[in-house]
Amino acid sequence: MSAVVSLTDLISGREAGRDGYVRLDVTPDLWTALARSCAQGSVDLSALWADGGKVRMALNGDGQRVIVSLETDGGAYPSVAAIHAPAMRLERAARDLYGLRPVGLPDERAWLDHGRWPDSTAETRYTFLPVEGDDLHQIPVGPVHAGIIEPGHFRFTASGETVVRLEERLGYVHKGVERLMAGADIARGAKLAARISGDSTVAYGWAFAGAVEAALDWVVPPRGVMLRAVLAEIERLSHHISDVGAICNDASVITINARCMLQREDVLTVAKSCFGHRMMMDRIVPGGVAVDLSSEAVGRILELLDRLEETRAEILRVYDSMPSLQDRTVTTGIVKPDLARQFAAGGYVGRASGRAFDARKNFAYAPYDRLDFDLKTRSTGDVDGRLMVRMDEIVESTKMIRGLLHRLPAGPVRSDMPAARAGEGAALIEAFRGDVFMTVRLDEAGRLARAHARDASWFQWPLLEAAIEGNIVADFPLCNKSFNCSYSGHDL
Amino acid sequence: MKSFLLDALLKGRATIKPPAAAPAALEELTKALGERARQRLGRSLAIREVDAGSCNGCELEVNALNNPVYDVERFGLKFVASPRHADVLLVTGPVTWNMREALLRTYNAAPEPKWVVALGDCAANCGVFAGSKAVAGAVADFVPVDLHIAGCPPEPLEIVKGLLALMEKAG
Repeated sequence: MSAVVSLTDLISGREAGRDGYVRLDVTPDLWTALARSCAQGSVDLSALWADGGKVRMALNGDGQRVIVSLETDGGAYPSVAAIHAPAMRLERAARDLYGLRPVGLPDERAWLDHGRWPDSTAETRYTFLPVEGDDLHQIPVGPVHAGIIEPGHFRFTASGETVVRLEERLGYVHKGVERLMAGADIARGAKLAARISGDSTVAYGWAFAGAVEAALDWVVPPRGVMLRAVLAEIERLSHHISDVGAICNDASVITINARCMLQREDVLTVAKSCFGHRMMMDRIVPGGVAVDLSSEAVGRILELLDRLEETRAEILRVYDSMPSLQDRTVTTGIVKPDLARQFAAGGYVGRASGRAFDARKNFAYAPYDRLDFDLKTRSTGDVDGRLMVRMDEIVESTKMIRGLLHRLPAGPVRSDMPAARAGEGAALIEAFRGDVFMTVRLDEAGRLARAHARDASWFQWPLLEAAIEGNIVADFPLCNKSFNCSYSGHDL
Repeated sequence: MKSFLLDALLKGRATIKPPAAAPAALEELTKALGERARQRLGRSLAIREVDAGSCNGCELEVNALNNPVYDVERFGLKFVASPRHADVLLVTGPVTWNMREALLRTYNAAPEPKWVVALGDCAANCGVFAGSKAVAGAVADFVPVDLHIAGCPPEPLEIVKGLLALMEKAG
């Protein structure tokens, strides 16, 4: 049995790249030792992907980031999930898409491959985990859901009204994004990245741009860097406010939702008037941002922030004054701190369960390294906790945008692409729902040889299964909304 | 809650004035529906949204249709939970192989007469995802499409204009 290994020992003096990642090749023994370190809790698994004949892991720990590569034996390598369960779906996906063979993988069922692709090898029939016991019934939901949301299948097993188990089946909106990126030029890669998960289009645009810029030593002008954060925080605000409304809506408090939807619309209208697109899609591009902000537009954003703060204060007042609403959110859908830590759950899911992680803080990238903001956590881990983390973050984001707009430097917002060359870069960007990881490898012509994106949802979806256990079926919508995981970002 | 009521009195209504139906949509619908049975639905359409592979951008804008600004229910446009209750399927995304059967089954579950609106650039021609092995095709490759609404994603006002045109022609 291999012992555990710390990232500090592993790195042992090696220099990190421009992107903050130390890259090294490992032996199968060291690979397994690192999996054990993840299981033991000293290292966070951040991503796992296939790259040519190699399998690679991004790991965080001791305030450092590492990307390790293991040469596979014709696709075979020691499974990480055999030791550290959070790797399970990552390994199932990498096997479906790239033919890797994780030896010892505890769950061998296909994940993204539903047996429908022309070159598919999987069965079309999916076997859900067996359930045994008296008085149990199953409720299949989806892929087409009742609301206007993305498709996925939820298989509930219930005893009366109590959920005994939820099993998710995802992959319905798999669009083959990574294969489309392979061989694409950088401009096309950026377009695709901005559509990995439309709700996080700014964050993905930034993650892709950051990875490409690291690979090419491409320097973004200071004004471009600042505007990126303005865009990202506006995107965060637009979702946090509407998520709060959606959670309350599922507890039948429609007035709060109406107010939140109005506020979201206000945000998107201002975004359109300032940046030319309601969701600010394709606004962050490699080299900087695609649009500049006029001084008049700065004023419009500052006014928006005033209205947002007013809305937030009012919603909080109403929320606090309704015990029947809190009766639905408090102690509902608890994620235990140990589980949040084990899965390295990002965003409000992790932070509501005491995991003090935010890529803007822990691995601060420009301009967050020079911004003053608080990393707010809660310890209840319930629906209320995840709602309150959002409420806290609305305050921080408005504060940040004000700070950015008040000291926006003059100058260009974008720089020209340097000469094409082969290289590799990665970025870890805090989207509204958590950290997204993006890595790219460029060939000599400056085209994408390989790109991989890991949404925050990969490590949040499994926790939703755990959170709903023991709750009543009727509380699932509340739990689900409080997570608001991405389907498209996960399915790729 | 009192503050909400006070706001309603002081700030006036949030709802915008109804736009006119989109001329381009009217033209497309005249062609599409010209030879098909015209049913009077009392100027009311029940819509079932189907995400057949979207990035979720279109869903966010469809959701915005129900906010107090656009408030499409005032036009008789209502989103329903089941295809059995639907007159219109509003389909987004390139159709992925993994969603193809679910789309077909949803379409077959909706009663006649029914209309299909392909929403967004991906629904029309697979958008940036064209050429992917995981994508089976555009919406019109699998179900008959009566109206396309372009955009990435289409803005709510554009969706409203298209749906109003559909109601004028079909409803």
